[in-house]
Amino acid sequence: MTSRRMTGWQGETVRFRFDGRDYEGVRGDTLASALLANGVRTVAASPALGRPRGIYAAWTEEPNALVQVAAEPMLQATTVELRDGLDAHGLSGRGRLTDETDTARYDAVHAHCDVLVVGAGPAGLAAATVAAETGARVIIADDRPIAGGSLPDTAETVGGVAGAEWAAATLDALDGRPDIRVLRRTSVFGYYDDNYLVAVERRGEHAHSRERVWRIRARRVVLATGAHERPIAFAGNDRPGVMLAGSARAYANRHGVLPGDRAVVFTTNDSAYAAARDLAAAGVEIAAIVDTRATPSRGGDGVEILTGHVVTAVGGDDGVSSVTVSPSDGGAGREIEADLLLVSGGWSPLVHLFSQSGGDLRHDDGIGSFVPASARQAVEVAGAARGVFTLAGCLEDGAAAGARAAEAAGFRVEGTFEVPRTPDEDPAAPAEHLWLVPGADYSTHFVDLQRDVTVADVMRATGAGLRSVEHVKRYTTAGTAHDQGKLSGVLTSAVVGHALGLPLGDLGTTTFRAPYVPVGFATLAGRHRGALHDPVRTTSLHEWHVAYGAPFENVGQWKRPWYYPRAGEDMETAVLRECGAVRESVGAMDASTLGKIDVQGPDAAEFLDRIYTNMMSTLKVGAIRYGVMCRPDGMVFDDGTVIRLADDRFLVTTTTGNAAAVLDWMEEWLQTEWPGLRVYCTSVTEHWATVALAGPGSRDVLAGLAPGLAVDAASFPFMTWRDTEVAGLAARVCRISFSGELAYEINVNAWDGLALWEAVMGTGVVTPYGTETMHVLRAEKGYPIVGQDTDGTVTPADLGMDWVVSKKKPDFIGKRSFARADTSRPDRKHLVGLLPADPGRLLPEGAHLVETSTLPEPPVPTLGHVTSSYRSAVLGSTFALALVSGGRDRMGEVLYVPLGGEQVPVTVTSHILYDPEGARRDG
Amino acid sequence: MLLIPCPWCGPRDEAEFHYGGQAHVAYPENPAALSDEEWARYLFFRDNPKGRFAERWNHTAGCRRWFNAVRNTATNEIEAGEVTA
Repeated sequence: MTSRRMTGWQGETVRFRFDGRDYEGVRGDTLASALLANGVRTVAASPALGRPRGIYAAWTEEPNALVQVAAEPMLQATTVELRDGLDAHGLSGRGRLTDETDTARYDAVHAHCDVLVVGAGPAGLAAATVAAETGARVIIADDRPIAGGSLPDTAETVGGVAGAEWAAATLDALDGRPDIRVLRRTSVFGYYDDNYLVAVERRGEHAHSRERVWRIRARRVVLATGAHERPIAFAGNDRPGVMLAGSARAYANRHGVLPGDRAVVFTTNDSAYAAARDLAAAGVEIAAIVDTRATPSRGGDGVEILTGHVVTAVGGDDGVSSVTVSPSDGGAGREIEADLLLVSGGWSPLVHLFSQSGGDLRHDDGIGSFVPASARQAVEVAGAARGVFTLAGCLEDGAAAGARAAEAAGFRVEGTFEVPRTPDEDPAAPAEHLWLVPGADYSTHFVDLQRDVTVADVMRATGAGLRSVEHVKRYTTAGTAHDQGKLSGVLTSAVVGHALGLPLGDLGTTTFRAPYVPVGFATLAGRHRGALHDPVRTTSLHEWHVAYGAPFENVGQWKRPWYYPRAGEDMETAVLRECGAVRESVGAMDASTLGKIDVQGPDAAEFLDRIYTNMMSTLKVGAIRYGVMCRPDGMVFDDGTVIRLADDRFLVTTTTGNAAAVLDWMEEWLQTEWPGLRVYCTSVTEHWATVALAGPGSRDVLAGLAPGLAVDAASFPFMTWRDTEVAGLAARVCRISFSGELAYEINVNAWDGLALWEAVMGTGVVTPYGTETMHVLRAEKGYPIVGQDTDGTVTPADLGMDWVVSKKKPDFIGKRSFARADTSRPDRKHLVGLLPADPGRLLPEGAHLVETSTLPEPPVPTLGHVTSSYRSAVLGSTFALALVSGGRDRMGEVLYVPLGGEQVPVTVTSHILYDPEGARRDG
Repeated sequence: MLLIPCPWCGPRDEAEFHYGGQAHVAYPENPAALSDEEWARYLFFRDNPKGRFAERWNHTAGCRRWFNAVRNTATNEIEAGEVTA
């Protein structure tokens, strides 16, 4: 057994490493308690000042002792459970992220309950027990490995047995009940609207999932979160060996560890006397109790008590070796030899979750801290969390809160809860509320140990005129570290109050925000990683694309084949070859991802007239029309084709990425503005597989596959559709073109998609092409892609598509906006084509355009930007589409694209760069 | 995570809904008759009160119906949802 462990302390040996050295601890240790047991006082240097820092607290409020364990950075040594083989390193501030994937599994659980109790200390256990008796469904969550809250720290008795034993038995009894869920090692870290609380459960390295996030909706909540001991700011209060008194008591009682040999206790209140008593009993020599109050409230059990004194200096560069104490009113100091300085500034209720819930706080001058005032949500606060600091009081308060919560949730409390017997406690004498020991120099009075913020820093902030604690927090960074200012937050407010001469209650606290404890991103992500991050949508032809080696482009959630490289081809070569095949012979593309909406009903034609900018009601059955939709502000929202299937039935296609948004858009107008229209919209995107057959050879290929179909131009003209059989499959063939070539889109039942595709490929003359080739071909023709060549500030007129805006319809969505002065400004950005002077120069998409060949002094006005840019085989040049201010009036002008110090010249052209007469699509 | 009372499905998590902004901003009877300013007010101007606010919600991941609900923007308390139109 190690040197600082209490004699006779039992426990299974656990071997671990810290900073490359081997140590032994016992089962039940935290890394911090094991380090203290081994006499390790310094964990790491402080981040900004490089001062040695040790262990200051015993649980999540620890501001100092940060460690990295394997790939996981910034863990608190005080909360890391010791396990065999643990390998930790002290961290000076930030840790190191690894680029290796976390292979552990993380899960999430959604749960509902009548009463959620947060904390399994005396108050929480009493509340849960009472609530459970009523038949309410109860969840009780506690963040520690063993139940009892402060009971294992204080070694008080409950009902005649050790408090920890009572707590464990009470929690086990709850765990055995059918409607009660006990969550151990589970930190509730967020309290959101409508009693929605989120917790993280640490299940261990060998559990099925390492951690689980619990998302709990509770009818009522009981917060029994306890209290934190307050630090005091004095010179040298950051030395290793300075520790909260209650934490030292916890190391002795919970872990059998003596954090030092000889201690000075510095206190403003009675609680540190009990800590001194327990530590003395455990074997720590108490050199003196330094009490800021004029009269001690109780005897020191033979220890010297220095009343009306404060600590004014701490000796020892690497850790406490002596403590200088002085009378509060000045006067000569006295140096006392000690290796441990225990501090207690009183206790502050943990109001974090209550405050997150929207509850108001007030300052209680009696206990010198902020306490819950009025609640906004269905929540009770019990025990030390609302300033009840006696054990008997906490048990009673918890029982009452549990009863109130259960009743409010609709359950009846029958009988009374018998509060277990606790030892008599002397009534506490009034505490003094001292946050700061006045001094001449405040450069080592630390406020936030992790941020290395001192009282001098805070006074610099108030000296600069800052008055709000929120501003001081941001100016000094106090309270912004991993611990979110658990100990430093209110201390900062108090120091601001001291500097400004204002009472703490007037200053308030900074905002308490989730998460209460740090939570890993991997934990929050849970199973939503990799392939499960977002649904992946694939077409019925997907396997073929994979087999033919196509890389995929993500379009929304869809995987679309990008191009089909042959042996030795890079993307550029493959795309140029595919483009050539379509322009010269025939190619085929999987167009199944296009959004398809079936619009039916007696008023379907009227509805589409209102939704589209152009007229749809005049469309004949059997015909197809291209259409554009705008928002009421007149900006293009989506485009696609409309097929009239019957008088009362249309099939609308949308862009791939916008299908859901268009359906939502239609539903919104139907439900909220035009409920009188009898129209029904159904998404049928996944019902169909669509193969686009494009190129001068497409007619022959189709004729071969569909012998029953008259394919000549007169029988099957452009923008019409036919139901027929293709490759023996029931098919709807639409003669439309997105490439400018003679083209057909063959639609079959999605189940038949692969058979159709294989039949098309089986002809041996068709080249498969992907989305990149589709983009090049459509851009050569100046067909915009909504969302790429438009950005929500572009009207149909800006795109050169005046013809798609009806002049006849009395109204449609967006019409009124086309009469606004803004939409007819001559300097609006128009879609134009760009030809670089150097035909090999590919412009980056997003590049800006300027007027002059040399850049003037900034700010340089931009004329617009490149929206699409490709290499073109048929043009023998690169080319681009761009939105350019007054672009249609700039035909033939030379503009410049600033690229890395160079002004690249480009000539403005029409956005239709290929076959402007449209002769080719009519084959 | 708000608990939003869908008039068709009952109380459901906020994540199932799509927010639709201020309620009772009707599409004008005759947009052509409006001045540019009146049209711009319809397009761009919305209230932003502290307190009771009538809003539109769409239960996108549920029944897909639109409804109105009054939410207190200071406390996030929601009064019962009502069916649109």
